[in-house]
Amino acid sequence: MTKAGTTLAAARSPAPAVRLPRRRGFELALIVLAVLLCVYGYCAVGLARTGTVPPGALGYGAGLGGLALVAHLAVRLRAPYADPLPLPIGVLLNGLGLVLIYRLDLETPHDHAAPAQLVWSTLGIGLFTVVVLLLRDHRVLQRYAYVFGAAALVLLALPILFPAVNGARIWLRIAGFSIQPGEFAKVLLAVFFAAYLAANRNALAYTGRRLWRLQFPTGRVLGPIVTIWLLSVGVLVLERDLGTSLLFFGLFVVLLYVATGRTGWIAVGLLLAVLGADAVGRFEPHVAGRIEDWLYPFHTIDAGNGPNQLSQSLFAFAAGGVTGTGLGLGHSVLIGFAVKSDFILATAGEELGLAGLAATFLLYALLVERGFRAGLALREPFGRLLAVGLASLLALQVFVIAGGVTGLIPLTGMAMPFLAQGGSSVVTNWAIVALLIRVSDSARSQYDGREAP
Amino acid sequence: MSDPGRHPDRAGLPDGGRPMARYIRRAWGFCALLLAALLLNAARVQVVQSRVYDANPANRRAAIARYGQPRGDILVGGEPVTGSNDTGEQLRYERAYRNGPLYAPVTGFASQLYGTTFLEHAADGVLSGTDPLLAPLPLWQDMTRRPSPAGNVVTTLNRTAQEAAYRGLAGRKGAVAAIEPATGRVLALVSSPSYDPGQLSGNGEAVTSAWERLSHDPEKPMLNRAVRQTYPPGSTFKVVTAAAALDAGVVTDLDADTDSPDPYRLPGTTTRLTNEADGCENASLRAAFEWSCNTVFAKLGVDVGARDMVAMAQAFGFNDAGVRIPFGVAPSTFDPRVDRAQLALSSIGQYNTRATPLQMAMVAAAVADGGLLHSPYLVERTTGHSGEILSGNGAHPARQVMSPPTARRLRELMAGVVQEGTGTRAAIPGALVGGKTGTAQHGVGNSGVPYAWFVSWAQADNTLEPQVAVAVVVEDASADRGEISGGGDAAPIARDVMRAVLGG
Repeated sequence: MTKAGTTLAAARSPAPAVRLPRRRGFELALIVLAVLLCVYGYCAVGLARTGTVPPGALGYGAGLGGLALVAHLAVRLRAPYADPLPLPIGVLLNGLGLVLIYRLDLETPHDHAAPAQLVWSTLGIGLFTVVVLLLRDHRVLQRYAYVFGAAALVLLALPILFPAVNGARIWLRIAGFSIQPGEFAKVLLAVFFAAYLAANRNALAYTGRRLWRLQFPTGRVLGPIVTIWLLSVGVLVLERDLGTSLLFFGLFVVLLYVATGRTGWIAVGLLLAVLGADAVGRFEPHVAGRIEDWLYPFHTIDAGNGPNQLSQSLFAFAAGGVTGTGLGLGHSVLIGFAVKSDFILATAGEELGLAGLAATFLLYALLVERGFRAGLALREPFGRLLAVGLASLLALQVFVIAGGVTGLIPLTGMAMPFLAQGGSSVVTNWAIVALLIRVSDSARSQYDGREAP
Repeated sequence: MSDPGRHPDRAGLPDGGRPMARYIRRAWGFCALLLAALLLNAARVQVVQSRVYDANPANRRAAIARYGQPRGDILVGGEPVTGSNDTGEQLRYERAYRNGPLYAPVTGFASQLYGTTFLEHAADGVLSGTDPLLAPLPLWQDMTRRPSPAGNVVTTLNRTAQEAAYRGLAGRKGAVAAIEPATGRVLALVSSPSYDPGQLSGNGEAVTSAWERLSHDPEKPMLNRAVRQTYPPGSTFKVVTAAAALDAGVVTDLDADTDSPDPYRLPGTTTRLTNEADGCENASLRAAFEWSCNTVFAKLGVDVGARDMVAMAQAFGFNDAGVRIPFGVAPSTFDPRVDRAQLALSSIGQYNTRATPLQMAMVAAAVADGGLLHSPYLVERTTGHSGEILSGNGAHPARQVMSPPTARRLRELMAGVVQEGTGTRAAIPGALVGGKTGTAQHGVGNSGVPYAWFVSWAQADNTLEPQVAVAVVVEDASADRGEISGGGDAAPIARDVMRAVLGG
């Protein structure tokens, strides 16, 4: 090519689109690394317990690797510009969760949860693949926003018809399987919130009256937020599920703020949250007990009734110290009930130590950050709000449950994303990652070198 | 915050001038803050509060680690008298005892519920594997958090002597302590009635009920009478008084008259002290010792004076609360604040004078070994997992209690008791045996059943130094008060123990 030709070509196309690298090879390399790390963890458990590599190690690695490869091929095929990080992070967290559950299964010979969790993980990655393959454009979802909203309400209301399990009415028991419909409702609600706010944000932002430096909304547009608030309190009172209610409300307030930029909404939201929490804390003994546990984690010990779950969880974290006891060598099983689900992080904390825990938190933070980054890169408000909503959902969920088991906030039953035993949760989280992949693919394939305002 | 829509310079932006990117960044900042709070809180729990939570008594981890490996063994004569049972439970290994009641006063118990006592307690670091000496590479051990394998404790006990003492007491309330005079090695330590410490090892229902039963048993089987119970030593204390009198020069000739009346009026009172034996008036020290004349020794004590009597008693180990063998020994007492009447009674082992059986064995040992008293000890050495020596074989302190000539003359007196006095039943053919009987009255108005004492030492004829010193106390020796005497009930037990040592 001549020099002249070059100038000519440059002159002919005045604003060449910047094509971002696809980075699928990087994603594949990270997936291989993630699978190897998980297999290493699986072997470490066996070596620590029996001195031999567990016989299932190869099958476990092949299964996880095969699933991840299918997901990767789907991304390569239909979302070639997608962010390379969310999928490997999902694989690593899911694999680590399987290792931790397998490790805890060794302590409970009559209750093996890892095989079922592997089935659910397969379903989750299957759903991920289906979403990536079939959902060509996330904006399609906007069209069905109200269907999703209604579906979420139905899913949330369903468990009320079923008996309560351990004080919370959040499970459906069908044919031996326990399903938590509230988990699926989270994604549906995030889509609904994003669509609703994308459509109505101007009305929400520009009406209302100013009070001091805060702009407060008028009564007419206050309707939706009050509805959501009532919904959260309804979930809390009828299902005694403080965590989910907190999650929905937090998600809505964050999205409302991002959509309108009105700090008045946050003030209203916080006020309502405090009022609701105070009322429920007074009238629900289940919730009041959780708050007492949080304020005085060792009160059952002082009363001579032995350690409760929260103090056992704190003991487990403390026993881990900085470097941890090593996989398979801790005693987090002392926590007892829900050690594989709500309290799974205590096992990570004891056996991997603060170092492993910090790495886990960083993985979550990275996943959340990638979501926000996709939101920043996108142009249209629905996609932005969807990305922000999904990322915030993850962040809030991690905060609510990890903060609960480490004594930072009152403990509420909730699954640690990807790590905890629980099929509904794993499937839901894979759906979230699928949507993030889809959104980030849109964002990066449209990228023109300028940041959207 | 202010409304950005009202700023004219932002009116040209898309979305009506509301820069959503900024709000997205703030939302991300909020989420990042939440995750950072999690990390900080995790550091608080795992680093700052870690030790506090680890040390919480409700935290089972310390117990799980402690019982996660077999406990080290306590050895007698090269054979372990302990073991460990693998229960397969959360607290995995439980202590087991071979011949538990025989060695209970030495081993104590190691219970998952009630802690440890005696050697199990004193040597717990070695036995449980936490002793820093057991870790060849402490830093590496800290990092890997692997516990060291437990070490063993080798005792100084003589198996046959221990068995002879236990058999001799035959379940009667009492105790035997035997030591090797030349070294201070404890050869026998028996308390009766005893119990099986293995009943307390575990953590189940059976253990709590055994504990309830044992701790409320009126016979007090868990009381270690050899080192933790003091008795009025009665006439056996006359060895100390005689040593003080000889050392202070109050008596220079064993066969000279002592110028003592019978009955003896306690100085400053109208109380008259009498004797059970006849012929004590003006008796020589030798005769008074052989026939245990209270009047003579009460007067001797007063003649020596409180200062020298206290000094001699303390040289033998009385009033010393710090004796450890390695577990603590109850202090034997000789009251230093006494008037002359109380001194007279103290000098015949009454009033506030009290002694453990081990203390009286030390008295006999010092006499036997030429006035030199070696501190008693029970642990020969502690060894690591592969037999390497961790501690022991070191010198144990000794002190001169009385001058060698005094000791030589006291040996003569004590030998006389066995040859022709109250202790003839302790005689052993082929050995020189010295002893002293005692019958200590106690209780309000001396109404209690008296304690029968015998302290003695033995030296085989063809050897240069004594092999054993022993003290025996039998609490309720016999129902008939007249029949009770150290010579009758306690001396045969002492003889069997000494014979076991000499024969072995």
